[in-house]
Amino acid sequence: MLLELTSDQEFFRDTTARFLDDQAPATELRRLRDDAVGFEADYWQRGADLGWTSLLVAEDHGGGSISGDGLVDLTLVAHEFGRHAAPGPLLSTNVVAGALSAADADQDLIARLLAGTSVATWCLSEGPPHDGWGDVAFEIEVDGDELVLDGIKRPIESAGQASHLLVTGRTGDGLTQVIVPSDADGLSLTPMHGVDLTRRFWTARFEGVRVPADAVLGQVGQAAGDVERLLQHALVILNAEAVGAMEATFDMTVEWAFDRYSFGRPLASYQALKHRFADMKTWLEASHAISDEAAEAVAAGEPEAGELVSAAKAFIGDHGAELVHDCVQLHGGIGLTFEHDLHFFLRRVTMSRALFGTPTEHRRRLADLIDEREGVW
Amino acid sequence: MSTDAEDLQSFRQRARDFIRTGLRPAPNGATPRRRNEQTDEEELAAVARDRELQRMLFDGHLAGICVPKEYGGQGLTPAHQTALNEELRGYDFPVRRQVPTFTPCLAVLLEFGTEEQKRRLVPPILRGEALWMQFLSEPSGGSDVAGALTTAVQDGDEWVLNGSKVWTTGAWWSDWGLCLARTNWDVPKHRGLTVFVFPVDSEGIEIQRIEMLNGSREFCQEFLTDLRVPDENRIGGVDDGWTVGARWMFHERMSFNSPLVTIPDGSLRGGAQGNVIHAIARGGGRLDDPRPRELVGEAQTLSLVGNALNRRIAQGIANGTMSDQSSAIGRLFAGRAATRRSTIIFDLAGSAGAAWTDDDGELAGRGADFLMRQTSCIAGGTTEMAANVVSERVLGMPRERTLDRDVPFRDVPRSP
Repeated sequence: MLLELTSDQEFFRDTTARFLDDQAPATELRRLRDDAVGFEADYWQRGADLGWTSLLVAEDHGGGSISGDGLVDLTLVAHEFGRHAAPGPLLSTNVVAGALSAADADQDLIARLLAGTSVATWCLSEGPPHDGWGDVAFEIEVDGDELVLDGIKRPIESAGQASHLLVTGRTGDGLTQVIVPSDADGLSLTPMHGVDLTRRFWTARFEGVRVPADAVLGQVGQAAGDVERLLQHALVILNAEAVGAMEATFDMTVEWAFDRYSFGRPLASYQALKHRFADMKTWLEASHAISDEAAEAVAAGEPEAGELVSAAKAFIGDHGAELVHDCVQLHGGIGLTFEHDLHFFLRRVTMSRALFGTPTEHRRRLADLIDEREGVW
Repeated sequence: MSTDAEDLQSFRQRARDFIRTGLRPAPNGATPRRRNEQTDEEELAAVARDRELQRMLFDGHLAGICVPKEYGGQGLTPAHQTALNEELRGYDFPVRRQVPTFTPCLAVLLEFGTEEQKRRLVPPILRGEALWMQFLSEPSGGSDVAGALTTAVQDGDEWVLNGSKVWTTGAWWSDWGLCLARTNWDVPKHRGLTVFVFPVDSEGIEIQRIEMLNGSREFCQEFLTDLRVPDENRIGGVDDGWTVGARWMFHERMSFNSPLVTIPDGSLRGGAQGNVIHAIARGGGRLDDPRPRELVGEAQTLSLVGNALNRRIAQGIANGTMSDQSSAIGRLFAGRAATRRSTIIFDLAGSAGAAWTDDDGELAGRGADFLMRQTSCIAGGTTEMAANVVSERVLGMPRERTLDRDVPFRDVPRSP
């Protein structure tokens, strides 16, 4: 998280932190384990009242930011979501709200997302064998005044609760994005199993789903730039949340190292363990740093934004999981029990690592971006 | 910030005008010749060019941005230094003499020097006439710098120094040294040290160059034999050298993040390093293979993350949200990342890592670089020391037991 917040940003962050302390304590997370939805409608609406869904929406559309940089402000909410392993479709709703606002589309839907009375989700990812980075096999065909959608999208966050799905598909050689109501004919949703305690994912199957031409965001076949921007937004939110989860885990484990005695000494007095804590602290601060730098670059539309956001995902994806697993190790057996809170965060970083490109894929993407910069291809 | 300080915008314009008319663009994509292949003549020519560039900056009123005007600087702010660094982006500028001259040496002088010392010693640095070196490490101990054995004994208005210092980069072409010496053996080790400065060409200093295993001869060892230093060249109080020393270590760790250091923006952003590694992969014809591509991406990740981390730490220390000790976090990361990058480069070089020809371009000599890999985890305080600082000083974990506290230094066990 940013080192320097304005007083308005600090107030905003703190309001969300206190709300989550109260509304998403460990007992609530454990209770939601068996809940099909994973969050309460009332909780989400109250969060929306705090500004959770307004930050990527233009002021003309009823949104607005705290600092003038909505994406950076959103990382503060995402950070607290990570620190609390909080429920709710923060990433998907914000990405879609931002996309609708940028395309000047469906004002009513934007208003409902802002109010928290609806949620929406983004259908980008596809299942194996089309789950590799940048692989879009899903077809969106133009048929007269309509578009026809065929294919399978997964894993789709909160698709079962979403009133609308933003679908990214292929039209010939280009990409197209359309907004589809979740009750469209030919659309079926099936819940998936997942690692997180409260985040729910679905498989969305589209069989000849027809939408009118005005459901298209931007131009048919020319959405690649928009998709890249949405992907950068998604990665910024995902990274900020993972860093929050890393921080909560690390703080908890440092405290444990001081309190836990073994052979008459606190764990924190063993040099072998102290050096591991030093490495973890280094990973944590490095993760904060690259997450924030990428967020600012994406928000400002800097040319390095793509590289920075991929470096952030590669680094945080790897070191997030490593840090939390190392904290499990330092806790011993208790760290692997359901009773202990560590797994809330282990689940969150595990989920983050696998979504929107693995660390390996982002490392390859960095090589691609250097190729472009160097004019190799 | 005083109200009559030059505003940032006009400063930036002034810097831009100066740079565009006076400096050359950085060589595009070309790899600078490796230092271990440089002849002494080339090295001396590079040093002379650095002095000349520093003098140009001085004459253009762009030297010592954050140094007070009374010592020849511009009396401006870190924001002005940042603006200068940004305007220098893409221009040829000597980055390698900046450390240790501007930090830690100049930083220590500004913080602990007397008014007279600052007026005498600072302007020649800004004019490019004085390049400084640290007389800090000793053969008897690397990271344990407070265990210095080099001794200074007072003789009237002078001090007489005897001992040996080591790992001094380029002492053979430097002008001044900043030296930590023991002035009292009868008190615990941190309480018997004093800091001195002296010209490197003083009588009583013998410089030997050290040949490293890759052929580099940039490091030196100095032997001080009855070196006489006037008391006016003592920095800080007698036996109070660790007060200076602790801040000296801090300024050293600040390195290129110090507001006293001039460095073209982007030099550290990782782009250049990424390009070198990309060029090696390309040179080896490995860019079509996914595994080497991942390595290129990994190296670029480490560069970008390391630079973001340095900026975060510099900002945190400047605004007080992080302790000065947090610079050890950056040091630890830098060491780990550089060794990993070194391994990646070596892997990408393939069999040319073991034997190469002069026609191998970017691949040539990478094996010799790999032999020096651990430099980045040793130089400037080992990563093990940094890990101690992070765990003990940043996280507040219990200190390691030591046998050199609260006893006279002469009774502390030493290597035979």
